Amino acid sequence: MSELNYGLSELALEIRAMVREFAESRVKPVRAELDETGHFPTEILRELGKMDLMGLYIPAEYGGTFEGDSMPNLIAVEELSRICIGVSVSFAANGLGADPILIGASDEQKKKFLPPLASGEKWAAYALTEPNAGSDAGSIRTTAVKKGDKYVLNGTKQWITNGGEADIYTVFAVTDKNRGARGVSCFIVEKGTPGFKFGKKENKLGIRASATRELIFEDCEVPAANLIGREGTGFIWAMKTFDVSRPGIAAQAVGLAQGALDEAVLYAKVREQFGKPIIANQGLSWMLADMATKVETARALTYATVQSIDRGAKDYSKFSAMCKVYASDVAMQVTTDAVQVFGGYGYMKEYPVEKMMRDAKILQIYEGTNQIQRDIIGLALNKEYGAVAKK
Amino acid sequence: MHIVVCVKQVPNTTQVRINPETNTLVRDGVESILNPFDENALEMALQLKEKHPGTKVTVLTMGPPQAAEVLKEAVGRGADAVVLLCDRAFAGSDTWATSYALSTAIRKMEPADLVLFGKQAIDGDTAQVGPGVADWLGIPCVAYARKIEVADGKAVVERNFEDGYEKLDVALPCALTVLKEANVPRMASLRGKMAAKKLVIAPMTAEAVGADPAKLGLNASPTRVVKIFSPPPKTGGVKWQGEEPAVLAQRLADLLRERKLI
Amino acid sequence: MGLKIDLDLCTGCGACVAVCPFCALAQRAADGKVEVNEACTACGACLETCPVGALSMEVAEKKADAAALDAFRGLWVFAEQRGGKVQEVAYELLGEGRVLADKLGVELCAVLLGHQIGNCAATLFEHGADKVYVVDHPALEKYTAEPYSEAMSALIKKYKPEVVLAGATSMGRGFIARVAIQVNAGLTADCTELGVDVDKRLLLQTRPAFGGNIMACIVCPDHRPQMATVRPKVFKQPAPTAGRTGQLVAEKLDLKDPVVKVLETVNAMQNEVNVAGAEFIVTGGRGVGGPENFKLLAELAEALGGAAIGASRAAVDAGWISSFHQVGQTGKTVRPKIYVACGVSGQIQHLVGMNSSDTIIAINKDPDAPIFGVADVGIVGDLFQVVPELVKALKK
Ligand SMILES: Cc1cc2nc3c(=O)[nH]c(=O)nc-3n(C[C@H](O)[C@H](O)[C@H](O)COP(=O)(O)OP(=O)(O)OC[C@H]3O[C@@H](n4cnc5c(N)ncnc54)[C@H](O)[C@@H]3O)c2cc1C
Ligand SMILES: Cc1cc2nc3c(=O)[nH]c(=O)nc-3n(C[C@H](O)[C@H](O)[C@H](O)COP(=O)(O)OP(=O)(O)OC[C@H]3O[C@@H](n4cnc5c(N)ncnc54)[C@H](O)[C@@H]3O)c2cc1C
Repeated sequence: MSELNYGLSELALEIRAMVREFAESRVKPVRAELDETGHFPTEILRELGKMDLMGLYIPAEYGGTFEGDSMPNLIAVEELSRICIGVSVSFAANGLGADPILIGASDEQKKKFLPPLASGEKWAAYALTEPNAGSDAGSIRTTAVKKGDKYVLNGTKQWITNGGEADIYTVFAVTDKNRGARGVSCFIVEKGTPGFKFGKKENKLGIRASATRELIFEDCEVPAANLIGREGTGFIWAMKTFDVSRPGIAAQAVGLAQGALDEAVLYAKVREQFGKPIIANQGLSWMLADMATKVETARALTYATVQSIDRGAKDYSKFSAMCKVYASDVAMQVTTDAVQVFGGYGYMKEYPVEKMMRDAKILQIYEGTNQIQRDIIGLALNKEYGAVAKK
Repeated sequence: MHIVVCVKQVPNTTQVRINPETNTLVRDGVESILNPFDENALEMALQLKEKHPGTKVTVLTMGPPQAAEVLKEAVGRGADAVVLLCDRAFAGSDTWATSYALSTAIRKMEPADLVLFGKQAIDGDTAQVGPGVADWLGIPCVAYARKIEVADGKAVVERNFEDGYEKLDVALPCALTVLKEANVPRMASLRGKMAAKKLVIAPMTAEAVGADPAKLGLNASPTRVVKIFSPPPKTGGVKWQGEEPAVLAQRLADLLRERKLI
Repeated sequence: MGLKIDLDLCTGCGACVAVCPFCALAQRAADGKVEVNEACTACGACLETCPVGALSMEVAEKKADAAALDAFRGLWVFAEQRGGKVQEVAYELLGEGRVLADKLGVELCAVLLGHQIGNCAATLFEHGADKVYVVDHPALEKYTAEPYSEAMSALIKKYKPEVVLAGATSMGRGFIARVAIQVNAGLTADCTELGVDVDKRLLLQTRPAFGGNIMACIVCPDHRPQMATVRPKVFKQPAPTAGRTGQLVAEKLDLKDPVVKVLETVNAMQNEVNVAGAEFIVTGGRGVGGPENFKLLAELAEALGGAAIGASRAAVDAGWISSFHQVGQTGKTVRPKIYVACGVSGQIQHLVGMNSSDTIIAINKDPDAPIFGVADVGIVGDLFQVVPELVKALKK
């Protein structure tokens, strides 16, 4: 298939081939079953770990293979997503959980917590959202009170991806109620810590293989050594994490949309009505053309964002938000259109596009809803043009 | 434990097509791959290595210089050492001469406890090399193995036969030919692939393994291919109707036999 | 030795490069002339394609001692028995062996290995054997490759047969390759056709290679015996002649104790043969009519030498068979050598799972069923009549 030359490194191309083959041979045969049963893809993640693919974003000194090129990890997410985003989010959430450590933790903390993540021996999760703090993440109520060389955590996190499955959690809690977002701190909490429990696995519309659970903290004592950075810096880590993780959601969206496009074109070539394949109808082939164009635009914006971050861009929240919002909207449209191309068959669970359409919806919601992304972009525009106006 | 896995580079025969006009093989775009059944043998070795720390897995192939590719694939999956047996003197070897050549290379290595083979290679489909090598080495061989457990210097092996299976007690060293159902072969790891890329594989010659020149290659091979031809071309579909079921059934059975399909 | 290329004649047309099944030929960058590499198996596929006759196969003439080769006479069939029951493949080989032995003008002999299996010999005579060699020894009670090859080799060394045939079964393939090494003979696997060159006293062994895409005819000019394995069901079983007898040779051999011990034998016909990866598949659709009728398909599967049973979704949904067997969009994708669809209409969701099968056979009573569109051979008829007849015809 023809493709644009995005100047991908040899490593990125190697990873693409590896993960593509892996997803086809290991994920595709079980995706419908995982969707149906909601079983967590434990075996699949274990195998990805054995293949050294869980440490693509972690620098070599901490056991990974990252050397300044974020594309290999992004492409691994994209290729898994092409087959199943229930699986790809379970893979990618490790990176999300580890990001606050990579961004804000001390060398000592990194040396302790990152190597088992890089090897895939342990998994991670990121815990910000609470029942009453979704889009308004600054209003979280989980508290952490210092007691000697410990912090005591109390409160409940909600809808935490990899909750219960992960071993290492980056948890945001309020250490100073009076300082609002500046009173939030980030802690590394290990599974098995007394007072740290999980709620039941949520029953979801899509990405059903992924585990989404509540985290419950009841007088949970966490070593003070597990505080990332200083007290009150948590919200900074949270937001910086999103700036680098949102392109990952965009990569899920690009992969998912590509997968739906693949299915739709192949089907349109074999399904015959009125004595010819349905792709021979202009009305339908134009639909496919629009789908393909959107997928490639989303991919281009996502890759460009990540590549400029790698090249040292300073201000990229706007672009991270743009690729997340654009690609996830594209994924929703393209998967919906793919169902349309399949007609009634597309509405049946036997064909994969039904699941893809259900799966797509989450991309417009998590890691900041698309309204919030547009807020970020709008805010940036306001700021940037304000600066110009003043000049 | 030292496990030797013998592998072969084969053309991916599922991609081969016959040109219906010339009735010849269309080989364009057919890639060379690690013989699929050998993947199961390698996987069995790697799983044994995981279970028995300190195990060394050596992968051996005889073939042209390009066959180094399958050895690299094996390294990518976790093989510890590889041997490429490569010499014009081996050219044209049939299964008799191939088993001899492989056995000489195995004798050159540190003593092997297990020698594993795939059930058969998909290009030649003979299934003869594994038992043949075992014979040259003078060790027992269990063909069509689907499961193995090693403890206390011996192995308990399950082998399939047409309508069931048998559990066998085998003293080491021994050879096995491994079935597809034995396991799901792993894929190469990133670090393994990187290591494989850097690997320079020096071919071993017939002389280096001390092979008797009189037992090598085409001249030492008892079998001779005297003719190669394409099977009768696949005709377009036919539909038979209006006759007695017994007549139609007989015609179909005859056709299947004639086309060598059964 | 091996393939020779006359570079003076070679015009660099590349015709041979394209036909080599093993990618052993390549054109030189400099002048386009052809070179051969180590991948060459001397199969000879290229020889005839060269328009200028630049290719030839050079084989060092061996001074095979004609008198030594002449000392070998007789055609042998390994009579595989399990649990005291001679396997059908042995009769099939006796049928074909009879024809070849008559052409060569030699005796047809069967070799029986086992322990306390004496009366098996009678049926071998009835199926055409002139002589039966029996080795009755405790080491041969349960089949393991080592004592079986030891016994067979000892017999061959002593009685010097010209040809040895065995079934390409788990047992036959498992030990006969060792015998070939021990007696220094050539062995051709999985032959689908056998013939003889009476003048040169050669066994002409034809077998598919390369996934069945090419056929090769193989001989062993300088070694005896000439050995081959043959797949079950390739040859027809001869009709037994009741009361026919022959010479029984009970051979006493000193065999080593088996090094491999059989701990347990589980005789479970694996009827849950996985359709994915199966070489032969018999599939039933709604036309099969009920769960009990799948027995009929199982008989056909057996007659084909052990096929997997497939099913359409209609048959699965009706609860006649588990979804493990379903072929198609929601089921498995298969690519067997032979796919027999019985009472399957052939809707696109079914076809996507099986239309790349090598040979598709459809049995359906509706002449307009779409399955006939992809079938290589379609039989319009009632499966309840056609399938039993087919089982009979295949067993003949
Ligand atoms: C499957 C799943 C997995 C998740 N995984 C994680 C995880 O691993 N870690 C984690 O911390 N969180 C996780 N989340 C939480 C997720 O990030 C939040 O659901 C998301 O940020 C939105 O919050 P909310 O659902 O409370 O919606 P709300 O904030 O209640 O929003 C409801 C609606 O109001 C709109 N809205 C809200 N505020 C504004 C505004 N200012 N302007 C315009 N519109 C607005 C929203 O766009 C939305 O349409 C997950 C959620 C789900 C469903
Ligand atoms: C989303 C979706 C996914 C699907 N996935 C699959 C799938 O994975 N696999 C699959 O197989 N189907 C699948 N289907 C179903 C498919 O469309 C067909 O309905 C199904 O294959 C029909 O099965 P059939 O051929 O056995 O039955 P029918 O279509 O009812 O055909 C029965 C045939 O048997 C013949 N027949 C009846 N009696 C006899 C007799 N005595 N002798 C000879 N012939 C006889 C009839 O002439 C008829 O042609 C799917 C459908 C949908 C909507």
